[in-house]
Amino acid sequence: MKFGVVVFPGSNCDADMIYVIESILKQQVVRLWHKDTDLQGCDFIILPGGFSYGDYLRSGAIARFSPIMENVITYAEKGGFLLGICNGFQILCEAGLVPGVLLHNDNQKFNCKNVYISTENKNTLITQNCLPKQVLKIPIAHGEGRYYVDDNTLKQMKQNDQILFRYCSEAGQLSHLANPNGSVEHIAGVCNASKNIFGMMPHPERAADTNLGNTDGLYIFKSILGLVTA
Amino acid sequence: MKFRAEIDIMPLKALLDPQGKAVTQSMKNIHLSEITNVRVGKHISLEIEAPDKKTAESKVDEACKKLLANQIMESYVFELSEL
Repeated sequence: MKFGVVVFPGSNCDADMIYVIESILKQQVVRLWHKDTDLQGCDFIILPGGFSYGDYLRSGAIARFSPIMENVITYAEKGGFLLGICNGFQILCEAGLVPGVLLHNDNQKFNCKNVYISTENKNTLITQNCLPKQVLKIPIAHGEGRYYVDDNTLKQMKQNDQILFRYCSEAGQLSHLANPNGSVEHIAGVCNASKNIFGMMPHPERAADTNLGNTDGLYIFKSILGLVTA
Repeated sequence: MKFRAEIDIMPLKALLDPQGKAVTQSMKNIHLSEITNVRVGKHISLEIEAPDKKTAESKVDEACKKLLANQIMESYVFELSEL
């Protein structure tokens, strides 16, 4: 499998992502510079976390119009697999590739900590190795992660199983206490209607190396590779 | 012809504005607790070359819709004046 990690000015999780794909997953990976337009035949494209364009105007708003994004959007609209993490998720929202937006956290804090997320739909490429409602411990690091979408769209998303992850307690309970940013219905990750475009605020690439003491992110990466975890 | 647009972008009323909430809170610290419901938005000023006001209006509107505002979370209004 050939992965492509898009690098925008201000991306800062690209190196971690490339390390995980190359050194842990042993897969081919290329950097895709935002000013290029060639997707180099990648099978899976990732928009990494960071502060693209300094979060000017709105998070992800300027990156969404970077030269490479035109081809990324065409690729995804044709069914190509695309994952946006944190700032990458914000870019997907700004591009309208997944529904909703990510607002400033309701608690006015930049939250950088481990959180627990419950797998709400295990029938997608990035969650197929998880058990239903499996709780994953994955770090977050964001100031603008309050997922918001209007009621009608949310209803459609639920009918179509587009909610991938919800913030929860270690035991898997959904509650406002376990929700770090005030996201509507505790949503931490979603996908588009066709289920080939995925966005999530937590960082699985920061939980994929045994040296870091947490490898729950590997459930997501191994799902992507279609590998069966023990 | 050259025009200047003065654009105001505000968070939608239905949405919590944490920045506005923090500023409202701070009003108490400067002994102005009679000030409430602060909401913080953005003001953007730009210049545009166009054959007439109507064209300028439609281009500024396009800029707002595509880039300057995200209508899922923000509303915008603008005023255009000839330079």
